Amino acid sequence: MSKRATLEAAVELGLTAQEYDAIREIQGGDPTYVELAIYSLMWSEHCSYKHSRPVLSRFPTSGPRILQGPGENAGVIDVGDGWAVAMKVESHNHPSAVEPFQGAATGVGGIVRDIFTMGARPIVSLDSLRFGEIEGQQNARQRFLFDGVVGGIGHYGNCLGIPTVGGEIYFEDSYAGNCLVNAMSAGLLRADQIVRAVASGPGNHVVLIGSKTGRDGIGGASVLASQEFDERLEEKRPSVQVGDPFTEKKLIEACLELLHGKLVVSMQDLGAAGLTSSSSEMASKGMVGLDLHADRVPLREADMEPWEIMISESQERMLCIVEPARLAEVTEVCTRWDLDVTVIGEVTESKGLRIFWHDELVADIPARRLADEAPVIRTPSNKPAYIVDEPVAVTDETYPPPDDPGAVLLHLLAAPNIASKRWAYEQYDYIVEANTLQIPGSDAAVLRIKGTKRGIAFTTDCNGRHCYLDPYRGAKAAVAEAARNLSCVGALPVAVTDCLNFGNPEKGGIYWQFEQAVEGMAEACEALATPVVSGNVSFYNESFGKAIYPTPVVGMLGVYDDVSLHVDHSFKDEGDLIVLIGPDAAWLDGSEYQKVHYGRVAGRVPDVDLDLERRLQAALRDGIGRHVIKSAHDCAEGGLAVALAESAMASGETGGARSADPEAPPAGRGRYLGADVAVASRLRPDLALFAEAPSRAVVTVHPDHLATLDHLLSDLPHTTLGRVTGGVLRVTMGESELLSVAVSDLERAYESLPSRLD
Amino acid sequence: MRFGIVVFPGSNTDADCWQAVATFPGAEPQFLWHKHDTVGDVDAIILPGGFSYGDYLRCGAIARFSPIMGAVADFAADGGLVLGICNGFQTLLEAGLLPGAMLRNIGLKFVCRYVNLRVENADTPFTRSCHEGDLLRIVVKHNEGNYTADPETLAALQANGQVLLRYVDAAGRRTPTANPNGALDDIAGVCNATHNVFGLMPHPENSVEAALAGGADGRRIFQSMINTLLLSRAQA
Repeated sequence: MSKRATLEAAVELGLTAQEYDAIREIQGGDPTYVELAIYSLMWSEHCSYKHSRPVLSRFPTSGPRILQGPGENAGVIDVGDGWAVAMKVESHNHPSAVEPFQGAATGVGGIVRDIFTMGARPIVSLDSLRFGEIEGQQNARQRFLFDGVVGGIGHYGNCLGIPTVGGEIYFEDSYAGNCLVNAMSAGLLRADQIVRAVASGPGNHVVLIGSKTGRDGIGGASVLASQEFDERLEEKRPSVQVGDPFTEKKLIEACLELLHGKLVVSMQDLGAAGLTSSSSEMASKGMVGLDLHADRVPLREADMEPWEIMISESQERMLCIVEPARLAEVTEVCTRWDLDVTVIGEVTESKGLRIFWHDELVADIPARRLADEAPVIRTPSNKPAYIVDEPVAVTDETYPPPDDPGAVLLHLLAAPNIASKRWAYEQYDYIVEANTLQIPGSDAAVLRIKGTKRGIAFTTDCNGRHCYLDPYRGAKAAVAEAARNLSCVGALPVAVTDCLNFGNPEKGGIYWQFEQAVEGMAEACEALATPVVSGNVSFYNESFGKAIYPTPVVGMLGVYDDVSLHVDHSFKDEGDLIVLIGPDAAWLDGSEYQKVHYGRVAGRVPDVDLDLERRLQAALRDGIGRHVIKSAHDCAEGGLAVALAESAMASGETGGARSADPEAPPAGRGRYLGADVAVASRLRPDLALFAEAPSRAVVTVHPDHLATLDHLLSDLPHTTLGRVTGGVLRVTMGESELLSVAVSDLERAYESLPSRLD
Repeated sequence: MRFGIVVFPGSNTDADCWQAVATFPGAEPQFLWHKHDTVGDVDAIILPGGFSYGDYLRCGAIARFSPIMGAVADFAADGGLVLGICNGFQTLLEAGLLPGAMLRNIGLKFVCRYVNLRVENADTPFTRSCHEGDLLRIVVKHNEGNYTADPETLAALQANGQVLLRYVDAAGRRTPTANPNGALDDIAGVCNATHNVFGLMPHPENSVEAALAGGADGRRIFQSMINTLLLSRAQA
């Protein structure tokens, strides 16, 4: 209580001088230190979205299936038969960069709480991760971060018993000082049982459930998430919370019991800014006030001050509004699960958030000022100088063609961005809850909905390098690719959750990237009928003034009326025909080939033709739904050759399962399928093989069904490349053989990364 | 036939076990709460997978002190069938209902992977629907599945036919890479001397439906238990 609420104190808490003045105006004079601490959190970038709100309004957010758009803990989508899916993705970048294991673990914990707070049982997690380059002596820290993050995700998710079934991992130098950890979660609920975090009913109890409150995570949202990193990185470690998945598992069971039994009026989880944000948001939405007694909060450390209690980010805590008549039942449920349950305040008619400390009023703030009326800032944007308008001019001098395309293919398959991610996802339980139809490594995760024929599919996508070269086109392509991945497994894309990772928004060039990316995403979401239902913005992803690649991660949900119609990307039977759908065009700009083989990142990525994309995806789903298409694979990083290689390697699996031992014969089939392919292209051979383009997919079809497929693809460019064969991938162009490699050798390269990191 | 499934705080395949049992006609799952000290009228007991009490201490070391465990021990002593899966296996080891102990995986990492299991003894209540040498393809997912025992115990296990499952490759051979956790002698599952308590690290409850990624090889374990119960009923 001794701390004084001076301007100096305000700046130390992350506020600006102007914000300090605005606070004095609202409060009618000097705020108390508790009030100042509360404002500093709620007006931080992380909680207030002050830089992003005006731009985010560009997103389409409604549609016939959308039951809940942005503004709640998670978006909710109708998936049929009275079922709905709640989903959201959130960043935990800064905590993970400081302390990777706990940072990532608590990222999972936080997003899972957002899901069950809506009344949904969490059924799947995905994680979109970015690190610096991981190979080589000089990158030991990146391996430390990677190991910690993957370990933390597994630790938390495995313990909860929620399958981690998908995601992506990329390695680029731009993330070396600021890794990205975006955790996505989704849950299943009845469409008529959505719970919203709105406080109501003056006289009702405010009840805190779960862990005791400690000093962990103080200032997490303001000090960590809303500032750039510099040499003081290590000092920020105490701002990272420590996760306790065991308590969260009990919370899930207890809270779902409370919600499904209608024992509570509403519920909110304590995330960034802890008790402060959860209480002010609930009060603001309900147009009521809350009186909270900070001294009644169960503590881990007895000597905590009220401002610390109010902003602590201790994990695994929930806030509920409970009618007095229901308190005994609520207490019974929580006690049965060995959870603390404490009445810490009551709902009032005042519309103010009032904090008491042993009956002394220590803070009194209008709730809506905190939750909904934080200052809005729109930075004047400017196009950065590095952006170019033209693609690279490819000549035999600037980009000499390789002598041996087979060697390039092996090199690409071994490159960290393309190589198998099995060494990561084997640390995740991807099968618990008994819904998983396709395991990690596929184009998308596919799950059934128990008791119905229906199913759902999820993916996350974003090529940060593409977004760096052209944020508008790159972000648009990320949405298109996510939808294409879902269409490749036969699911209809229906909604997006996004995690927009950018640098410091106070810089005009960064703000330009942000505006451009949102515009690109919005256009694609409109064209593909996938509204944005939830999401998160993470700014200040910079270290020592150097920003990450702009990385707007797209998490997307797809639905099936009949999930038995899903396919994966593996070749199925010898003799099947291989068809490339999409235009005969490909760009070196921003491709993995350009980076890995030529050591450059340059040019301008192509613009997705959204009309073509929409028609292509509809044809894919149609062909899969009619049992015509037997396998489908998005043609992405590494181009056509890598797509063919991945489908061949996957043929060694059964049910999407790989043998644990790359040297052992593939389980089930006993050997790999390969392909004999003749590429007819106007492009230089290496570009036809390895350069990249949107709106392309490789599918296989039984020869008897080729005519039907041709008919389905009548208004789309497509070519029959060749056929599925045994054991060898062979590609010719005209008279010349470009490459011929045993699939087991492809697999060896594809699985070689872990051994290179020891 | 009633299968009692124990729910500890932190159990997380309890619901999957329930679902798995329910796929068998005539088998009736029911949950048993860890704070109760009786198991009621059940014909078999399953200790499911998960992280009981968070497993912040040694896995299963707290769960073994739950009130229900006394009743489970009595049930086993009376010859009742008890199946411990993963964390349930660890808890049975801690409770002394099975011989041996569990170490961290040799790779020091959680491992979720399909493994091939060779049936080493088909003449038990848990494997009678298999033939010796059969291969079951089931997922393991654990941090601490590195089974160990002293040489005398291992010799006794071997002599009494208590090693029911071993990790092998797809061709049925024992190889170092087929063993996901470093377990002694490639042991994936053992039973007690009277063959009525069985613990295994792989998850048969996530392998009962062919359409799912987990496959259906796990059915053989549950089917064996059901057949055993039917047989004893017929003989009674």
